[in-house]
Amino acid sequence: MTILLVNIAQILLMVLAAPMAAGIVKKMKARMQNRQGAGIFQPYRDLSKLFGKEMVLADHASWIFRAAPYIIFTSTVLAASVVPVIVVDSPFSWTADVIALAGFLAIGTFFTALAGMDIGTVFGGMGASREMTFAALAEPALLMSIFVLSVTAQSTNLSVMIHHILDAGILLKPSIAFALIAMLMVSIVENGRIPVDNPGTHLEVTMIHEAMLLEYSGRHLALIEWATQIKLVLFATLIFDLFFPWGISTAVATSALLIALGLWVFKLMLFFVLLVIMETALAKMRLFEVPQFLSTAFFLALLGMFMHYILEVGAQ
Amino acid sequence: MIHDANTWFAERLSDHGIVTSYLEDHHPAAMPCLQVRRLDWANVAEEARRHQMRFVSLWAAEAGAHDEKALYAYMAFAHPEHRHVLLRTDLNQNDPALQDIGRHYVAAVRMQRSLQDMFGIRVEGLADTRQWLKHEHWPDDAHPMRRDFPATTRMQESDGEYAFIRAEGDGVYEYPVGPVHAGIIEPGHFRFHAVGEKILNMEERLGYVHKGVEKRFEGLTAAEGVRLAGRISGDSTVAHAWAFCQACENAAYLELPAYAVTLRAILCERERMANHIGDIGAICNDGGFAFMHVQMQRLREEMARMHRDIFGHRLLMDLIVPGGVACRLSSETAAVLAEDSRRMAAEVEQLRSIYADHPSIQERVIGSGTVSVEDATSVGLLGYAGRASGVYADERVEEAYPPYDKLNVRVPRGEFGDVATRVWVRFEEVAESARLICELLQALPEGAERVEFNAPEAGISGFDAIEGWRGEIAAWVRFGRNGVIDRYAVRDPSEINWLGLELAVREVPVPDFPLNNKSFNCSYSGNDL
Repeated sequence: MTILLVNIAQILLMVLAAPMAAGIVKKMKARMQNRQGAGIFQPYRDLSKLFGKEMVLADHASWIFRAAPYIIFTSTVLAASVVPVIVVDSPFSWTADVIALAGFLAIGTFFTALAGMDIGTVFGGMGASREMTFAALAEPALLMSIFVLSVTAQSTNLSVMIHHILDAGILLKPSIAFALIAMLMVSIVENGRIPVDNPGTHLEVTMIHEAMLLEYSGRHLALIEWATQIKLVLFATLIFDLFFPWGISTAVATSALLIALGLWVFKLMLFFVLLVIMETALAKMRLFEVPQFLSTAFFLALLGMFMHYILEVGAQ
Repeated sequence: MIHDANTWFAERLSDHGIVTSYLEDHHPAAMPCLQVRRLDWANVAEEARRHQMRFVSLWAAEAGAHDEKALYAYMAFAHPEHRHVLLRTDLNQNDPALQDIGRHYVAAVRMQRSLQDMFGIRVEGLADTRQWLKHEHWPDDAHPMRRDFPATTRMQESDGEYAFIRAEGDGVYEYPVGPVHAGIIEPGHFRFHAVGEKILNMEERLGYVHKGVEKRFEGLTAAEGVRLAGRISGDSTVAHAWAFCQACENAAYLELPAYAVTLRAILCERERMANHIGDIGAICNDGGFAFMHVQMQRLREEMARMHRDIFGHRLLMDLIVPGGVACRLSSETAAVLAEDSRRMAAEVEQLRSIYADHPSIQERVIGSGTVSVEDATSVGLLGYAGRASGVYADERVEEAYPPYDKLNVRVPRGEFGDVATRVWVRFEEVAESARLICELLQALPEGAERVEFNAPEAGISGFDAIEGWRGEIAAWVRFGRNGVIDRYAVRDPSEINWLGLELAVREVPVPDFPLNNKSFNCSYSGNDL
């Protein structure tokens, strides 16, 4: 029973802390550029403002356009609920494995693209075409990099995989290193960060993710923005779970949970610092180079898989 | 440079049997206005092209004060070794028709379309007969620049659709972008034809900020007119005000004190620095390199604050007035300004090394949006857009108006014509402007900052070309009775450089358009007037 409560608490934590995480990233970025920047709670104010605003809907918007924000938000929260944050073996994590997780994320992407096309504006269609082109390359790379670990753990369940890595001790396997790099590259694309997409741009013809959302306003926009913020924390947590799970609590005990929480926050900050350094130091790449970038990610993951069979299977 | 009257072109024309007569009521004599026969109009343009002259501007004016019935068309050409020359012909008032010169100068096509819109002048043989500045909701018979069209006229809204160039074939998409954009920028419509993400052709549709500026000038005194001129395009307020004032002063035969022209040049160079600095940052931002943008914004803001403290206006508006300038520099403020310009140039140079050493932004700018030397020459691109593509027209050197006649302006010369070269030209110009400011401030002459401006008698016209930060601004003014302006025709460099953008983005991926657009940064307001 307590573990269920902890499970619900960690889902709420991820969902409710996500806007603050986005605020922290923005603040860090501003400081890196020698700017003051808005406070870290600004995203909450933005969201509450958007929730309170009237929505403007185009006359020819169909039910897809109206339903998409709820589907995107729900699927993102569902994805977040299966990822262990501070405790493994949580009841929800047994209900879905990594393939289902990738599926939840794909549903969100799919409906974003569908909504972009549904509204029939130029930028919606343009964004959808770009997003789908990249998603088709990103999903296999994502799964392939996770599978490197799945093969080692012989399971696609996150809790089993985390236990396996915790039991194995410090991992210095080449296969894992390849998988990690691939995973990081995919996260950049999935979250629309520089150098692939620029979340802060106002130039409609350069947009990928934002282009599909241009017609959204009010609470629809708030839900999608919130989902985007959750997705960033979700990917960070997934990377910690798969590659650096140390510190995560294996039992429901107050002290262990607190340590796990502290370490999660610490890892998250470290992740954000790296993200911000990269986003400040790099310009956006040319659009035509993104498929190459993603194929590289896929091949790195594939190499990781080969490495596993060449170097690690025989040794065991 | 010696400024004799430009008889060169008149001689070249007479070699080909084209008779010209010299108009006495036009100043300065060094940039003469030659009357030609209506039938020779296109031949003159052909001769100008043959002698590799650059097309400057084309405009019309109705009825001078001394001959109420006439309608004139004017065009101006420039040559690097000779001064500007203006040509005028008179048109039939009842059925004004003009020969097409777009065959020889592509940049004239849109100006001819404007003449059709604004004056109802029929251009014979014009390949592109669509309306340009006058949009379709205007009635066909409304020609707002004609004298019998009062500025207060209320019109019936009419219907119509602009015939964009259509794309045909498999997999060719049309992307309409604008006129309202996602960012806070001026309105303009861009119609892209693209295969996948690659642009085949981009067509501009401008005129959304047409506000009747030229009509508004009619009846203003020079002192009132300069305030309007300073607002034609807010980011080049100094250059536009200078162009207006100098045209008026040329018409009135007014010699300015050395102090006034020196200060004008200082203001103009400061404006050039500020705009280039801001634009370099914005170009990097469009490439997703926000760091550079923030730094450049900081420098630009510091310049604006310095301007506010010294001159009382962040953008240096209303400082240039007919007859001189409306400000003085004390020796302390002069020293502060020189030191600030030096510091700006040094900081920009430091940021430049970061920009140049950054492969990810270099990757975006190098080779993107190339305009060949051939294309640039054919269009006659101006300012940094020209200087990146082998066209080095710079009025500070060619016309060498004071105080530039005493300075040695070093013009950067690029040839690759891509975004990187345009950025390079801007970096070079920032450094050069800082150097010129320091040089001018060091030898700040004594004397009055302003002399009295008296309007010339009715019918006198004046012309000049000033190098603003975007490029050459060509201004022509004619005075009417009671010392008020009768017609002011100004050609912002954007009117020509917009064509350069269309050439640059062919074969460029759609998401690289903003980067290219910013590297040209043409004015919408200056084009639409």
